[in-house]
Amino acid sequence: MRTAVIEAAGISKTFYPKKLPPVAALQDVNLIARTGQLTALIGPDGAGKTTFMRLLCGLMKADAGTLHVVGLDVAERPQAVQDELSYMPQKFGLYEDLTVQENLDLYADLHGITAAQRQERFARLLEMTGLTPFTGRLAGKLSGGMKQKLGLACTLVRSPKLLLLDEPTAGVDPLSRRELWEILQRLVQEEHLSVLVSTAYMEEASLCQDVYVLNRGRMLAAGTPEHLCRLAEGRCFSVLSPASFSLRILQSELLRDPCVTDAVPVGGRVRVITTTPAAVPAILKEHGWKKEPVAPRLEDAFMILLHQDAAQERQAVPGLSRTDGLIVDPLTQPVDIEARDLVRTFGDFVAVRHTSFQVHRGEVFGLLGPNGAGKTTTFRMLCGLLPATSGYLSVAGVNLRKARTQARANIGYVAQKFSLYGSLTVYENLRFFGGIYGLTRRQLERRITAVMEEFQLTEKADYVAERLPGGYKQRLSMAAALLHKPKILFLDEPTSGIDPLARRQFWQQITRLSAQGTTIIITTHFMDEAEYCDRIMIQDKGALLVLGRPDEIREKLHLPGADMNAVFIAIVEQARQKGNEGI
Amino acid sequence: MKLNRHSLRRMGALTRKEFFQLMRDQSSLLMGIVLPLILILIMGYGMSLDVKNVPTAIVLEDPSPTARQMVNFTEGSAYFSPVYVRSMRTAETLLAQHDVDAIIRVPQNFAADVNQGTAKVQVILNGTEATTAMSAQRYIEAAVLTWEAGLSVRSASAGQATTVSRIWFNDANTSAWFFVPGILMLVLTTSGVFLTSVVMAREWERGTFESLFVTPIKIGELILAKVLPYFVVAVFGMILCLIAGNVLYDLPMRGSLILLIGVSMLYLIISLGIGLVISALTKNQFLACQVSLMISFLPSVMLSGFLFDLHSQPLAIQIISQFLPTTYYLQLMKTLFLAGNYWPLIIRNGLILLGFAILFIGLAFRMTRKEME
Repeated sequence: MRTAVIEAAGISKTFYPKKLPPVAALQDVNLIARTGQLTALIGPDGAGKTTFMRLLCGLMKADAGTLHVVGLDVAERPQAVQDELSYMPQKFGLYEDLTVQENLDLYADLHGITAAQRQERFARLLEMTGLTPFTGRLAGKLSGGMKQKLGLACTLVRSPKLLLLDEPTAGVDPLSRRELWEILQRLVQEEHLSVLVSTAYMEEASLCQDVYVLNRGRMLAAGTPEHLCRLAEGRCFSVLSPASFSLRILQSELLRDPCVTDAVPVGGRVRVITTTPAAVPAILKEHGWKKEPVAPRLEDAFMILLHQDAAQERQAVPGLSRTDGLIVDPLTQPVDIEARDLVRTFGDFVAVRHTSFQVHRGEVFGLLGPNGAGKTTTFRMLCGLLPATSGYLSVAGVNLRKARTQARANIGYVAQKFSLYGSLTVYENLRFFGGIYGLTRRQLERRITAVMEEFQLTEKADYVAERLPGGYKQRLSMAAALLHKPKILFLDEPTSGIDPLARRQFWQQITRLSAQGTTIIITTHFMDEAEYCDRIMIQDKGALLVLGRPDEIREKLHLPGADMNAVFIAIVEQARQKGNEGI
Repeated sequence: MKLNRHSLRRMGALTRKEFFQLMRDQSSLLMGIVLPLILILIMGYGMSLDVKNVPTAIVLEDPSPTARQMVNFTEGSAYFSPVYVRSMRTAETLLAQHDVDAIIRVPQNFAADVNQGTAKVQVILNGTEATTAMSAQRYIEAAVLTWEAGLSVRSASAGQATTVSRIWFNDANTSAWFFVPGILMLVLTTSGVFLTSVVMAREWERGTFESLFVTPIKIGELILAKVLPYFVVAVFGMILCLIAGNVLYDLPMRGSLILLIGVSMLYLIISLGIGLVISALTKNQFLACQVSLMISFLPSVMLSGFLFDLHSQPLAIQIISQFLPTTYYLQLMKTLFLAGNYWPLIIRNGLILLGFAILFIGLAFRMTRKEME
């Protein structure tokens, strides 16, 4: 019997979008996945993971290379391959107007499962996914996590020779993610399932036996998680930020140091990867702060690989100048946003229930929670896009229920999909948005020059927006939102769909803006980004679960040094114990 | 495509799913069944070329009983609702404000002129409402002639007057007869092209096809299972229209009913084929809707001879209409309903429609593939 369930050699695939330069989605990719184990395909968004998955199941044809799946040539016999494997695309095709049971029945019929097999299999899948009580519910009415579990159940109505999962946990809350992985591991153990899973979460990839790292269409490295971790051996340290220095600023300063490959706040400390084991960043030398060695994780190795592969050298984000007020405790600053007993209902559905909080000047305030938690509704009320059903809300000293237009003059807004005009150039986009804010020609020219410099867009001034990579688009939309020098900046999921390096840069910008006194409200579904925030608010089912500094929350939960995913899981589990319905 | 037990079971599962969706998503049923009924009512009753209750300003500059008697026809008539005004100026204002659609002006000395045989009545109509204006004009002319006939004994005018009015009172009926075959065509076009292209595009858009593709399902099975429910809906809508046409408008059925249903199904297959081709090209509900509107629905209404008689169209449009399956189907329908089994036309148009059906269904199967772009 074959030991390899996937054998890919020299796979290339190029797309030719209309009016745009060709995109090499995959270049000379090799991959071997062994039978009966979990293989992970990791890489940032746009790395080519989905293209590779589609090639594997014969939904696309490769330009070059050979591809054997379950021993069959995919290019020659796509249907034969499709008969043998199960595939869960990123956007799994659940029929939202069918019930859980009807969705399962449909896939069972398509795979020709007999009634006897079906009974036993369904019971097991439903039990595993926790969907047993919901078989009569329409799939469209399930939460995000439950939808993913149902998608998995549908792909597993029979035990396939190969299971392909394309980012099964993207946008899913940490608790549901953990449950999905428990199901996967159980299946591999009990049924010797062969699985290839793509993911952007490194802690998930470390649960796999083999890991392949894909970036910009090329395979950067492959091996067991332990093997890959060795890349970062001796270069990982943890630095404790002293009370007088905010974590975010320390991280941002470290990242600017030439002997630092990567720095990220984790568990109330900054995790640093240095270029060599002996290197000591200047800021640590200057203050005499210690770096403690820590064991490398897969994520560290991943960041090192991405840095090595980065096409252009890292663009230095302007540092903090001495004049920037380094606010350590924003809570001592005046209140910029106040919400008291905020409620928003849609019909008889309560999207946000009795929520009160204050945001102070220069604070970075994070709204966290899974999809459907109510964070978008809260966010929209704050920026005056949606009136509150009841409660008091003031933004920059203006009562939002009375003077919405006036309040809007003080805020900048970066929408989730970056509302830019794709066919306009960077400069034209900025001109347009400046015009909307009512800047005079001279003011506008001055501000455009300033923001283009600030966000390193000067070189790309004449580029058409739709041809810019994701990171640039995000910077451009931030620049546009800052043209009128708003006191408060609202960012809705600004980091989704952006690669990790661009995310680091983004947070450096945020750090600088807040040091200059801009108040920042940000939503994100990346729990680890909560570490950058001064305070975070976690919502679930419209209710405020927790509000406070990340450290404070960890302390309250008796989880010192824990990462934000663990914190989130603990909070939700606690809420469940209190008798709430949970997720 | 081999039809074996597995294949039938897979198609059964998909068809069942499609029916569930159809029953739960009222908009499709609305489009397939309720819309045709509304169309048949609107076009049959509302769109008849009859005009009723035309608001008319009457300016009596001659206060004599003769003048009064002359405009008496507007009183108690279903066709006019008269408004008496004192001056021509007021009447003109009313016309300009669209408060009235017509002005009848009886000038001074009307009674005296009648006796001399030189009497004149001025009629002013609002030309922006061309249909109403034309109808109102003919009503007024007819009424005046009738009045004249009663007054004098000139038999020639009397005969003319009655002839004109008879054409008009028949018209409501003929326009319904003329519209029902067209509505049948519209029903089949909407269910076929619109519904099919939109529901297929929805599967592309929501990513449900990507999941379905990687199962043992064959593309042919997928297409057949997808269009079968909409075929049924369209046939149901068609039967409803036939019944409604018969019950409400006494539509004659001079040709063979079986033949009529047969060619309708053939036309339906063409529509489904076009819908499939559109969805394969666009893979997007909004675009599919737009394209369906542009290339099937509008030409069916405007260029096929449904609303406008093709013989009175410019040559270019007559040529374009020759490339539309709808033109041939509509000819067949009108013949079968109103004329009878005229075989040369039935065979010729039937063959042309068959050609279209093979073309579009062939294209649909060729273009819909188990592939993601």
